[in-house]
Amino acid sequence: MATTQEWKITAKDIAEKPDILMPGHRACAGCGPAHALRLVMKAIRGPTIVTEATGCMEVVTSIYPYTSWAVPWLHTAFETSAANASGIEAALKVLKRKGKLKQEHVDVIAIAGDGGTFDIGFQALSGAVERGHDFLFVLYDNEAYMNTGIQRSGGTPMGAATTTTPAGSVMPGKLQHKKPIADIMVAHGMEYVASASPYYWKDLLQKVRRGLEVEGPAFLHLFAPCPRGWRTDPAKTINYSKLAVESCVFPVYEVVNGKYTLSTPSKLIALAPQKKKPVADYLKGQGRYRHLFAPQNKHMLDEIQRWTDERWAKLQQKVEQTA
Amino acid sequence: MKSDVKQETLALNGDEAVAYAVKQSDVDVVAAYPITPQTIMVEKFSEYVANGEVETEFVCTESEHSAMAASISASATGARAFTATASAGLALMHEMLFVASGCRTPVVMAVANRALSAPLNIHGDHSDTMAERDSGWVQIYVENAQEAYDSVIQAFRIAEHTSVLLPVLVGLDGFTLSHTLENVTALSDADVKEFIGERKLINVLTHEGKSVPFKLDPDNPMTMGPIALQNYYFEFKRQQEEGMKNALALIRQVHDEYAKLSGRSYGNGLVEKYQLDDAEIAVVCVGSTAGTMKTVVDELRAEGVKAGLLKLRTFRPFPVEEIQNALGKVHAVGIMDKSMSFGGNGGAVFHEVRHALYDLAERPLVVDYIYGLGGRDYNPKEFKKIFNELRQIAHSKRVHKLVNFTGLRE
Repeated sequence: MATTQEWKITAKDIAEKPDILMPGHRACAGCGPAHALRLVMKAIRGPTIVTEATGCMEVVTSIYPYTSWAVPWLHTAFETSAANASGIEAALKVLKRKGKLKQEHVDVIAIAGDGGTFDIGFQALSGAVERGHDFLFVLYDNEAYMNTGIQRSGGTPMGAATTTTPAGSVMPGKLQHKKPIADIMVAHGMEYVASASPYYWKDLLQKVRRGLEVEGPAFLHLFAPCPRGWRTDPAKTINYSKLAVESCVFPVYEVVNGKYTLSTPSKLIALAPQKKKPVADYLKGQGRYRHLFAPQNKHMLDEIQRWTDERWAKLQQKVEQTA
Repeated sequence: MKSDVKQETLALNGDEAVAYAVKQSDVDVVAAYPITPQTIMVEKFSEYVANGEVETEFVCTESEHSAMAASISASATGARAFTATASAGLALMHEMLFVASGCRTPVVMAVANRALSAPLNIHGDHSDTMAERDSGWVQIYVENAQEAYDSVIQAFRIAEHTSVLLPVLVGLDGFTLSHTLENVTALSDADVKEFIGERKLINVLTHEGKSVPFKLDPDNPMTMGPIALQNYYFEFKRQQEEGMKNALALIRQVHDEYAKLSGRSYGNGLVEKYQLDDAEIAVVCVGSTAGTMKTVVDELRAEGVKAGLLKLRTFRPFPVEEIQNALGKVHAVGIMDKSMSFGGNGGAVFHEVRHALYDLAERPLVVDYIYGLGGRDYNPKEFKKIFNELRQIAHSKRVHKLVNFTGLRE
């Protein structure tokens, strides 16, 4: 990474920093992605261009003639945020070389939801990372196509009811597990891949900053609860972003040049496994999982717990193996 | 032609001629994905990059969809952007073509025209670009490698002009032009650079009333590619149409300026009339076919037949007035369509030319000839037959068959 000095931040610093994702946007009450992205934009280090895939955060922040963005921002299509970043970064590079860029450096952030990352935008993301463009890709994962009304994506977890995986009499919600997107990005040989959850805001901010400091592609997987899609209380968004980490459904960690490190919230659980909460604690208040608590679906709950444990164990193994 | 202009003659195929023009056009970003028969453009340009002959940032993307997205975003960042494709590649870009024109990003693209699947076919026809005629791109079709070279240079001036700000596509026939070696006379690097100039950005007003350049600039943050619904979308689209209208005049102007510099011209830049002034019968065609057709017209003229040709160089914006003026007095016109509009009662060129003539008090009888699909060969003998039919139509004042297939086994 470009700098070795850690970025020191306090709650006061963050409160005093102007919002780059400004108020007035049209996100729902308790929107996890809006909160997560507001934090992301608090962590920028200088001139920045943002490009965003079609999705919740794009439509709620850019409705013409209004905008919530205090930095230059571009949207072209659903599957293109990483391809856009490629073009922006290439343009900045050549304009700088030709002496036509006023700024010494401009950071590029590509933002997409789980649809624009796991699914339709994956090819562009994989290609842009392979080519080594200097940009930070931020995935805000609210675990379904929420903008269009809660349809399943490759990021939707097993058992979740969506409008395309409804909980019916023979189908208990989505049958497949979530695609391990961060592992897939690590497999690209990227310098920096990390996961973060908004409850642990300081951890999230620092990861954004580290991702920006990488000279090349960096990937940040953000946990972003969606009260409308998850059928949760809008006041509980932050609670769920904590519970997901505590139950190891969404561990927070960093992978720097292939070396896995658990971030403090997850590391504490690894050190004291008795602190790990059952997945049911995380699932139970969410309407999208309500059907799993019916007796006939117990096997689903068991499978989710088994898979979560297995993933958590594998993650800890990777931490050990790459130490 | 300016007397002090030094030009050199090079042996280039159409693809190489395009790559050479791009090399001279001070392009900032080329984002492209190789596809037959455009491949040579990308390969040749990669060589320029590998040998340090250009300052361009070359992004060899993982798909045409991303190539167009990256071209749009590079252009939005203030860079001059170029891409190239063909056939399936253009079809894959389809979504992004509308985004390019809607975002008013003046990307220039060369398309080595090729048939669309299925069945899979790599050879030349106009199925690919004709299917994109409503995507908001200026469309220019060329007759030979020389015109490909000249048109790409002109395209940057047209696209980036602040009265237009629309993407421009230059279509050259796959293999017939893309892979055929020709003598191409090229301007010097300095003359091309001077002719195109630096990209000038249009200034727009911010909500605070400040006039700022229209690009992604951290000093003047701007939201580009927003969502605009029932209350604004329509106005965006209407403004795009204004850009197209302005392009009609600008294409001519840029063409004329270029003609003065290079000594080469293609009609008035919109259409090229060949032996049309006293013609009784005529054909309209697009692209390389015009070369073959000129030979046929010459032969017929030698036989005393008053035959003529209208080469449609600019298809978007559609030059209605030029077509009316060129064809109004002709008795029978045959339209050469190298693509299908399935179920549409004729091809795209037929529809549009015939529509342009409708408002004339006196208008010719117009018939359609669909030909050359999937690279099917055609020759002067066949074209002569078409002129013969047109003579009969002109004589009898009756059309027996409105839509005809030429060179087809039936």
